Amino acid sequence: MCLGIPGEIVAIDDAATLTAVVEVSGVRRRVNLACVLPTGADPASLLGYWVLVHVGFAMSLIDAEEAHQTLRLLAELEAFADEVR
Amino acid sequence: MKTESTDANTSDQGLITLAHGAGGRVMRQLIESICVEAFNNPALALLEDQARLDMAEIAAHGDRLAFTTDSYVVDPLEFPGGDIGTLAVNGTVNDLAVSGARPLYLSCALILEEGLEISRLRRIMASMSDAAGVAGVSIVTGDTKVVPRGKGDGMFINTSGIGVIPQGVELAASRCQPGDCVIVNGTLGDHGAAILQARGDLALEADLVSDCQPLHGLIARMLAVCPQVHALRDATRGGVAGVVYEFAEASGRAIRLFEDQLPVRPSVRGVCEILGLDALHFANEGKLVAVVPREAADSMVAVMREHPAGRDACIIGEVLDGPAGSVQISTLMGGVRLLDLPIGEQLPRIC
Amino acid sequence: MKFVDEFRDPALAKQLLTRIAQRMASPVLQARAPIRIMEVCGGHTHSIFRYGLEALLPQTLELIHGPGCPVCVLPREHVDDCLAIAAQPDVIFTTFGDAMRVPGSRQTLQQARAGGADIRMVYSPLDALQIARENPQRRVVFFGLGFETTMPATALTVQQAVGKQVDNFFLLCHHITIVPTLKALLDDEDVCVDAFIGPGHVSMVIGLEPYGFIAEQYRKPFIISGFEPLDILQSILMLLDQLVEGRAEVGNQYSRVVHEQGNIQAQQAVAEVFELRERSAWRGLGEIDQSGVRLRTRYAALDAEREFALRSTRVDDPAECRCGEVLKGQLQPQQCPLFGSGCTPAQPMGALMVSSEGACAACFQYQRNDSQ
Repeated sequence: MCLGIPGEIVAIDDAATLTAVVEVSGVRRRVNLACVLPTGADPASLLGYWVLVHVGFAMSLIDAEEAHQTLRLLAELEAFADEVR
Repeated sequence: MKTESTDANTSDQGLITLAHGAGGRVMRQLIESICVEAFNNPALALLEDQARLDMAEIAAHGDRLAFTTDSYVVDPLEFPGGDIGTLAVNGTVNDLAVSGARPLYLSCALILEEGLEISRLRRIMASMSDAAGVAGVSIVTGDTKVVPRGKGDGMFINTSGIGVIPQGVELAASRCQPGDCVIVNGTLGDHGAAILQARGDLALEADLVSDCQPLHGLIARMLAVCPQVHALRDATRGGVAGVVYEFAEASGRAIRLFEDQLPVRPSVRGVCEILGLDALHFANEGKLVAVVPREAADSMVAVMREHPAGRDACIIGEVLDGPAGSVQISTLMGGVRLLDLPIGEQLPRIC
Repeated sequence: MKFVDEFRDPALAKQLLTRIAQRMASPVLQARAPIRIMEVCGGHTHSIFRYGLEALLPQTLELIHGPGCPVCVLPREHVDDCLAIAAQPDVIFTTFGDAMRVPGSRQTLQQARAGGADIRMVYSPLDALQIARENPQRRVVFFGLGFETTMPATALTVQQAVGKQVDNFFLLCHHITIVPTLKALLDDEDVCVDAFIGPGHVSMVIGLEPYGFIAEQYRKPFIISGFEPLDILQSILMLLDQLVEGRAEVGNQYSRVVHEQGNIQAQQAVAEVFELRERSAWRGLGEIDQSGVRLRTRYAALDAEREFALRSTRVDDPAECRCGEVLKGQLQPQQCPLFGSGCTPAQPMGALMVSSEGACAACFQYQRNDSQ
């Protein structure tokens, strides 16, 4: 049961209940941060972060550097193919 | 709007009661102060039991009548981009227009639930009147019934429509030929996504607006420059996917859509991605699917883009020989799969 | 869409497919062909069909669609439990849209709703809790189902319900856990799988460690994968590399989302709220030890099983159903005698025809032509 979608934390809706607003392609939804906010940290510290959203909860902070790395690997594949050609 | 009525039976502070459907004085007041005033035309103002239409006037437009009926239910009654009234006008206008007909007359039958705010009814009738004005049709006859509270969803509207098909215009789903192009007049699923949001159950917020609009102006323009359009249908419930399947089945051909050519607004796409739904299945209220010979396709798209209802027109697919009745989609990755058709309503999924 | 569109690039997909074909042509893999790769998660099955990836892969590479669709493996008697609860006049029954069309022994939740039961679809368990707060005079039951991905959301909702003293909120728990089921599959002599595409979002919660035994004891390569087409293709390539080189390791293609330890906070919430059941039933696979969870006793007051004193009787699939064999990779969906005739998505008989992620339903909806 695993539909998860990346979204950006664009606002804090209610710091007390760890509720943020996440935007996915222009659509906003309230999302709970309990699983990704370090204990005791200010929810606002996550503004601008991208998270993986599943059933109304942010379940992972997306690592942009890792995403970049994966894509770089794929791009190298393409470069290599061009060389062979 | 005219000066506000002070009568409790028609004032904006009032509610619809069973008396408004009982056939007596209260009902007549309601009809006269809201419907007749809003729809303002001589045929209706007579308040006879039927509209009387001049046959010579009708015959001047073509050689066949197009006649259609549709009932409208929607929750919520008002939503961004329209309301049940604009739906009831444009939906029936479009059902006429996709035959190539020029829409002329509509009926309007209201089923109101006891407790509906009169202000709301007035608003919806006014927007219905505006929509009829934009579409150039007259609402010439009508009916009002009231059902007890709990027996209806605020209000239901039925509209029937009469239009005239010009001589020589022959559109039929069965005429799709291999090699033809499949064209839409704009972005997919705007209405379905707007309603989903307006309902509020899923707590999504976005700038989603229904595409509710009349299409006969665009269609007249399309037929004027390219009379050899093979098939035309408006894509409402069941979405563009539903229409394309109807075309494939009626013509005994196959249709292939190109996933990378499907026009979808970012926010509609966002709703789809979050809920695991597909914009091809979402309802539209101002979108048509046309099948035209390949050689005419590019000029057709260019003409459509000049019309306000066709700004985002584009080619989304092609007709193939077979297998009969099948619809395929060539995916972003270059794979080909069958286009799925939902079994019933599309349900949001989490898996 | 950031982090999505980049992973749907057709040009890069083409390169990956070329590479995959090259690997498959290597002598080692040719000698072993066909190579069977199981995608464990229903989300992967969905992407594979949605993008038509199977047809783009070499014919000697077979994808086996595994047991990772929680709706498919939901036993009918559990749907009967849901129906029994939803039939209580003071109950508002809430669940995800996925569960609405799953048939019990007589009805689906959708049909029960038409019959007057107050059944509501929610996007999040927190929405169900909100319904409970808005309707204090009604008992509001949330039917929680799904794998480890969804468990933390349910656990945190249960904690909130207790914290906010919402005493009319109940959980009917059918959360299941994928690892024991993978082990059961691997122990089955009939299973013919060479390598696994691992579940991305389950792993985002549980991390990499729980899969170690698959590589170590069973010598099967295991790559945790994202859900976009490039993710899946790259994972396949990574698996083939391992097979060519004779390695068997747990790898992580989905490193942008899955961190090695998983999500510790989510794990803690799950451990605080749930405990393992001795065994749980999986439709199509039978009972599997320690493959599901229930509420801990400290949360017994919220437990719908207790509140409604459920006594469901087991309902088996018809004997003609071959779901188990399809799940184990012994049978292609179209080879089942019921496929498309006795068993369709509109009238499913077997587990795998139930949800759009089930191997049979996906085949039926996206590939009917191949079977004709």
